[in-house]
Amino acid sequence: MFEVRIHGRGGQGVVTAAEMLSLAAFDEGRHAQAFPSFGSERNGAPVVSFCRIDDRPIRSREPVAEPDALLIQDPTLLHQVDVFAGLKPDGYLLVNTARSFAELGLGDFVAGRPAQRLLTVPASDLAREHTGRPVANAALLAGFAALSGLLSLASVELAIREKLPARVAEGNVLAARDAHAWVVDEMRELADAPTG
Amino acid sequence: MKLGELSPCEFVNVESEFAAMSVAIGASAAGARAYTATASQGLLFMVEAVYNAAGLGLPIVMTVANRAIGAPINIWNDHSDAMSQRDSGWIQLYAETNQEALDLHIQAFRLAEELSTPVMVCMDGFILTHAYEEVEMPAQADVDAFLPAFEPRQVLDPDEPVTIGAMVGPEAFTEVKILQHYKQMLALDRIPEIAADFQRAFGRDSGGLVRPYRTEDAETIVVALGSVLGTIEEAVDELREEGVRIGALALTSFRPFPLDAVRAALEHATNVVVLEKALAVGIGGIVTSNVRLALSGLPIHGSTVIAGLGGRPITQRSLRDLFLRAHAGELESLSFLDADWGLVERELQRMSQMQRSGPHAENILRDVGAVAHKAV
Repeated sequence: MFEVRIHGRGGQGVVTAAEMLSLAAFDEGRHAQAFPSFGSERNGAPVVSFCRIDDRPIRSREPVAEPDALLIQDPTLLHQVDVFAGLKPDGYLLVNTARSFAELGLGDFVAGRPAQRLLTVPASDLAREHTGRPVANAALLAGFAALSGLLSLASVELAIREKLPARVAEGNVLAARDAHAWVVDEMRELADAPTG
Repeated sequence: MKLGELSPCEFVNVESEFAAMSVAIGASAAGARAYTATASQGLLFMVEAVYNAAGLGLPIVMTVANRAIGAPINIWNDHSDAMSQRDSGWIQLYAETNQEALDLHIQAFRLAEELSTPVMVCMDGFILTHAYEEVEMPAQADVDAFLPAFEPRQVLDPDEPVTIGAMVGPEAFTEVKILQHYKQMLALDRIPEIAADFQRAFGRDSGGLVRPYRTEDAETIVVALGSVLGTIEEAVDELREEGVRIGALALTSFRPFPLDAVRAALEHATNVVVLEKALAVGIGGIVTSNVRLALSGLPIHGSTVIAGLGGRPITQRSLRDLFLRAHAGELESLSFLDADWGLVERELQRMSQMQRSGPHAENILRDVGAVAHKAV
């Protein structure tokens, strides 16, 4: 079982992100379950959503406490909510920001973890470029697909088109492609960088 | 509707849940297949009409998206709403997954219309209603073949005028109530038969009275309703791998209560734990009282665990600890899963120190502090 937790704020499409992730996993023939943390449906309030992906039917209904991957849609939450709670030592982390981990004050946090699993991606900027709105969920998912190798970009695109209204889907698909390419480039740079 | 695609059809703007159930009663009495959905305070608001639908024997189907009841105000999941209506005369079926919720609705119409009695399909609010998961949608033609056209047992028809809903005095009230009970007893046979028909038609094992999980040689069996069974089954599998002889029993039908099926599933167990998402203040477990009746005279150690009230997550880790204690025979007769007794004791202390100690909810929230605002 692979468990994902997504953090953002009300109005940013955090719940939709988990739902799109589950749709992308369905598209690849896997079992998936997505659900929000409940009761915080207010614009700007911290919101959490969850997605489980597995090769067998998913029975558990509890919130994801020890995620295999964390997606942070709103970096202003980093020092407000304990977003890292329970993240597995070898877990994936993708933060939507144009800044680096060091600039975000997360240098110490990432230092002890596998570098090729931790990245930032300017998903809001890419979304604004293609849709006119800084709604980062689709782009962030595509970035996660590239970071984790869990899903293909094609499945993410399919999920975007399935879930989002037609008028915004195409722009989000373009933003998703850019975010995917961005993460692929970053990972290549990490792989090429001298170690130690 | 405006395009005429739903015909014959009329739009009624109801002003409340009470009106919604009243309109469903009127529609059903006029011979239409009637359905509505509600939850929580909404269910309480329609209660008078809920009892009337059952007393009149109208085969309405209603989804209850299970949620807590205030005060304190709480919008999250538990079973307090549906449990408050357990004796309203409606059949109550509880779904474990969204697939089963879909399947139970199809079965519910068949059951309701065969017996001319209303059926509630209970599914956990938020946990199921707000989840994305795979659901196989049956084809309309297959559902039509499974569910024949509605032939009402009683119908309001201006061409053949009758009344429905006469006042019945002491001379016949008991007998009308007996017929209500008789129909629910018939449902004890029809629920498994309809589930078997459904499986033949759609290939899925959904519904029925009870569903045992790894109970054959189990010394400890956990009884529960609804979506928590999924997490319970995970915990059971984990403990089974460690050699603990434990199983689970899902109660799919709570009304009628399947006394014989429950007894047959539990009679060889040493410990029976009833995990309930509702609290009967002043006694403890609601489901427990029913299960104990099913186990009358058997030397079984029984305990009630109240869990998941007002949306508190029920985790596999907590269940595992709980089940191990139950298996060792260490569980009290009534306990609360993951309760913070420190909060309760601080409030009790305040109450003992002064008369005007204030409202419980506000006091406890103050103690909880910032935690209450945390999203996780």
